[in-house]
Amino acid sequence: MSDHEYIPKSKFGKWFNDRLPLLTLANHLTDYPTPKNLNYWWTFGGILTFCLITQIVTGLVLAMHYIAHADMAFDSVEHIMRDVNYGWLIRYIHANGASMFFLAVYIHIFRSLFYGSYKAPREIIWIIGIIIYLLMMAAAFLGYVLPWGQMSFWGATVITNLFSAIPLVGEGIVTWLWGGYSVDNPTLTRFFTLHYLIPFLILGLVVLHIWALHVPGNNNPVGIDIKKPSKDTVPFHPYIVIKDGFALLMFMIVFAFFVFYTPNILGHADNYIEANPLVTPAHIVPEWYLLPFYAILRSVPDKLLGVVAMLSAILILAALPWLDTSKIRSAVFRPLYRQFYWILVADVLILGYVGAMPAEGLYLLIARVATAYYFLHFLIILPILGFREKTMPLPLSITEPVLGGSQNLALVKDRKKFEN
Amino acid sequence: MKNFFKIFSFLVLLFGFSTNLNCAEKVEYLKTDWSFKGLFGKFDRGALQRGYQVYTEVCASCHSMKYLSYRNLAEKGGPEFSVAQAKAIASSFEVSDGPNDDGEMFTRPGKLSDKFVMPYDNVKAAQAANGGAYPPDMSVLVKARGGGVDYIYSLLQGYEEPPAGVTLDDGVYYNKYMYGNKIKMPNQLSDGLVEYADGTEASVEQMSKDVTTFLMWSAEPHLESRHRMGFKAIVYLIILTILVYFSMKRIWSRIETKI
Repeated sequence: MSDHEYIPKSKFGKWFNDRLPLLTLANHLTDYPTPKNLNYWWTFGGILTFCLITQIVTGLVLAMHYIAHADMAFDSVEHIMRDVNYGWLIRYIHANGASMFFLAVYIHIFRSLFYGSYKAPREIIWIIGIIIYLLMMAAAFLGYVLPWGQMSFWGATVITNLFSAIPLVGEGIVTWLWGGYSVDNPTLTRFFTLHYLIPFLILGLVVLHIWALHVPGNNNPVGIDIKKPSKDTVPFHPYIVIKDGFALLMFMIVFAFFVFYTPNILGHADNYIEANPLVTPAHIVPEWYLLPFYAILRSVPDKLLGVVAMLSAILILAALPWLDTSKIRSAVFRPLYRQFYWILVADVLILGYVGAMPAEGLYLLIARVATAYYFLHFLIILPILGFREKTMPLPLSITEPVLGGSQNLALVKDRKKFEN
Repeated sequence: MKNFFKIFSFLVLLFGFSTNLNCAEKVEYLKTDWSFKGLFGKFDRGALQRGYQVYTEVCASCHSMKYLSYRNLAEKGGPEFSVAQAKAIASSFEVSDGPNDDGEMFTRPGKLSDKFVMPYDNVKAAQAANGGAYPPDMSVLVKARGGGVDYIYSLLQGYEEPPAGVTLDDGVYYNKYMYGNKIKMPNQLSDGLVEYADGTEASVEQMSKDVTTFLMWSAEPHLESRHRMGFKAIVYLIILTILVYFSMKRIWSRIETKI
């Protein structure tokens, strides 16, 4: 928070602000000191906000025309595509928007992993982020069920059946989730309700996410603490606003290309076949953004353990601030971590790839190795690396570039002495 | 950045390798030029009108088109029959309506607002008439098949004598593009089967292409306006991006740092 008290100029402004300090908030958001060396990987926070709002606005319009009933859902989607004015545009933005949202969130998460943004004092930001990510996956899954196509129906069947792996109460939970003895109309109506609810939960958490961010301020590519405000920072407006805006426009070009020219490429053809409980599709696959976790699920032969592995793969991220024992944030100064980081990126991409393939033969073997490595990275490599790795000297500030070599190392040592 | 390219090339290799593996099992679909592909892709009006003719004379006896109305035939971006033509088409069908004031159902000639008449009353009736196989509704068929238009186009021309060793049950036919090669729909098209109103020669290839184009339109009736709007939207975004880029440079020039 900025240290000086904001006093509105106008009399009315002062009167209002004394009662509800909205102007102080606006002033804080405008002046918010931001590290000036943020690169384009930092623009995805703004892009994600745009994605969330786009999904809520288009979703609102879709909900006006959609009918959550097992006999009418598929027809109502076709009605949107054909007869609602620009219904095709709104639906394609919403459907591709989900993919764009995940694309952006994955970049956002991996940026955080690279620059150590999850480390002290930003653990709460990170954990809220993980909860948002979990809710996003829930919202995406629920939304995919709503068109009531074959993949909707069978995806819902497969995912809800995962709960049956829970000992003793599993079957009961599944029946409770379905609202019956199979995925049917009661399932669809509750999925629709929850799909409508979750984005607003996410919105609330996003406010907390940003609030928590504004307490310590942004991390930065160098990963060192900086004095705020100082010559290392710029005010959020106009510097970061225009830069985020530029990046957002680039992102929107990609988005528009999907919406207007390949609107169905990220979906599955089977979802244009109306749900039929009597016909199972040849391959049941989730949307691309859930594939790595699907691969982890299938790589474990036991159903319960598979579910546990899949959930742990996500929840392990919440423990990351404590699993990573290194005090250095940015991978720029961690030569070994940098290598492991890229191996992890490749590992997750491989998991995503084998998740789309049938779970047999070579694919299954690759999935198992990649799953094992995923957990190895977080549970073994990261904790040990923090103690063993010889990191490079940190610069004293952003404006002071690393001069390299011994002189700078001495500076860092001096600083440590000074701090002690 | 260097690492990024490393990963990227690794991925390209991975995917390249895997598609090669997959290709060994798959048959290549027949290729043809589709006028509706590409940035400015539009439907070939003649092909849509001919395709409608093939649909209504050949396919419609078994396959429904439940999301289409006769009015769609006269709408912009579609086959663009004149309103009079579309009315004539609609009225050539008997539509059941009612109940009337006496509580009776009755039939009347179709109107523009009517949905395409269904060949069977329900799925069971369709199955009973087709040896247990349900001829799928064709409204969104192109989008419901992995290979899209190329698949449908190939399938219509893919009937062959079964290779030695393959035995077919009664009412099952061999098609080299069908998943598992066994299909319950007999070969429908033969040269000169329909007599095109515009005088085009009705070869199997021509009819396949026309009817597939028609099916693409029925699955994506707003494809043309989507392409038009997409081009405008992307050009607009690019111009705006360039302007914002220069504003950004200008604003950041006050700070001595690179962005």
